[in-house]
Amino acid sequence: MDLNLDAPHSMGTTIIGVTYNGGVVLGADSRTSTGMYVANRASDKITQLTDNVYVCRSGSAADSQVVSDYVRYFLHQHTIQLGQPATVKVSANLIRMLAYNNKNMLQTGLIVGGWDKYEGGKIYGVPLGGTVVEQPFAIGGSGSSYLYGFFDQAWKENMTKEEAEQLVVKAVSLAIARDGASGGVVRTVIINSEGVTRNFYPGDKLQLWHEELEPQNSLLDILNAAGPEPMAI
Amino acid sequence: MDLLKVNWGRRKHSLFYYLFLASKQLFPLDLYLFSPNPFRFDQPSSSSRLFDFGRMSQAGVDVPAKGGFSFDLCKRNDMLIQKGLKAPSFLKTGTTIVGLIFKDGVILGADTRATEGPIVADKNCEKIHYMAPNIYCCGAGTAADTEAVTGIFLSNIDMVSSQLRLHRYQTGRDSRVITALTLLKKHLFSYQGHVSAALVLGGVDITGPHLHTIYPHGSTDTLPFATMGSGSLAAMSVFEAKYKEGLTRDEGIKLVAEAICSGIFNDLGSGSNVDICVITKGHKEYLRNYMEPNPRTYVSSKGYSFTKKTEVLRTKITPLMERVEITEVGEAMEE
Repeated sequence: MDLNLDAPHSMGTTIIGVTYNGGVVLGADSRTSTGMYVANRASDKITQLTDNVYVCRSGSAADSQVVSDYVRYFLHQHTIQLGQPATVKVSANLIRMLAYNNKNMLQTGLIVGGWDKYEGGKIYGVPLGGTVVEQPFAIGGSGSSYLYGFFDQAWKENMTKEEAEQLVVKAVSLAIARDGASGGVVRTVIINSEGVTRNFYPGDKLQLWHEELEPQNSLLDILNAAGPEPMAI
Repeated sequence: MDLLKVNWGRRKHSLFYYLFLASKQLFPLDLYLFSPNPFRFDQPSSSSRLFDFGRMSQAGVDVPAKGGFSFDLCKRNDMLIQKGLKAPSFLKTGTTIVGLIFKDGVILGADTRATEGPIVADKNCEKIHYMAPNIYCCGAGTAADTEAVTGIFLSNIDMVSSQLRLHRYQTGRDSRVITALTLLKKHLFSYQGHVSAALVLGGVDITGPHLHTIYPHGSTDTLPFATMGSGSLAAMSVFEAKYKEGLTRDEGIKLVAEAICSGIFNDLGSGSNVDICVITKGHKEYLRNYMEPNPRTYVSSKGYSFTKKTEVLRTKITPLMERVEITEVGEAMEE
């Protein structure tokens, strides 16, 4: 068993960003691992950049946190100078500039999603290397390998908000089922003209897939529970 | 464009600085190889050097204007290692460190063993470091690194606890835990994981109780309960089984002590005693050696006596610091 506790913190991860009719839905799992140990089973990989733009982080935890911190700082100044909320395109471009100019040092794939009044809901993928691609939906992280076929079949244009969120939760939970580096809970963030809504789906409440078993009660619960009453007279 | 290049800082040769630091106690390189420097304790007025090795020679060693690492000794170190000199090993802390958030604040806990390879170098070291009156930080990893990154380090202005104090003076407010977090994160990230300090940072500020973990590469997590170090798996198993929200102070201390004990007894890198620090709003309690589950079992019943007593001929005590009496005479100077 190779538990390398000194390994850099990486987020195995499944991250997804999907546009729908009126906004975007971002989704992610919550597992952060160091080697084979789960360092944080409830991490939040969807970080806020501005009020209307969020980014999903994957890859090295340290690198992605630093990049998103810098971009949040730049965007804050940009918003003040501009006098109105920053657009998703500008946020994605800033992320891309950091990722591309430091490509030798960084190891992080990001999905930028948000809503602005000019373009509506937009998703930009910024994978390793620092390209930026505007897409109707984007997937990233180690768990995304298992989702390419699923999205080819399941994604359609102009979904409603509920359909889009269901799709994202289903996809993340499928990836969690197959990818060892993804797990924990499913977090989603819905961004539209009305604002931002965060949702949380605990791992044991997700739908069961092929060959998955019902979550067993922890043995500790059984031990801690009161024993059967001795013969009552 | 330059603004967008992240500052990678000093990556390559910082290893040797830490070798030097850890070895200071065990292998006084400086005494052998530096020329004696009468100006060692003077603060050079212009430069604020991070690591003051003393001037190697009075003639032209280029001092970087602010911070930066001096690579002057790297060739010499390489040469010594090639000649067969064994570089002193790091003093690691093995360690079990934990933190949890309870009803009124934060409780931090740590064991007290410092190891150097298979030997216990310090049976009762302090791993809970002071950052601010309301913020404490447990450190796992290389002892020198955790001390250096959290502490007030000699003439250095770079270390986080000093930076926090200066920030407090500037803002006139109590330090916040996220300030300490950002400073630590920035420092560790710029060293790209070579500063081997894994920290559990906890404190109570105006926004409430906070608990964070910081990894050597600079990533952070915010959690209600956290464990780090070689004994983290043992301690985490205790927390996962027994933690719940809204613990009282006594329940929290008991749980933290249990988690540290689990690390002490099941992990070879942790041992000796349990230190606990309870931080609540406006108040902190540092319970040094809260529990001592490893007492010395054998103590000689005869006691110890030393033969060959030296006869005392004369005793003279000279105080090293003169006591100066100040008497206020006359009026204070006007204007």
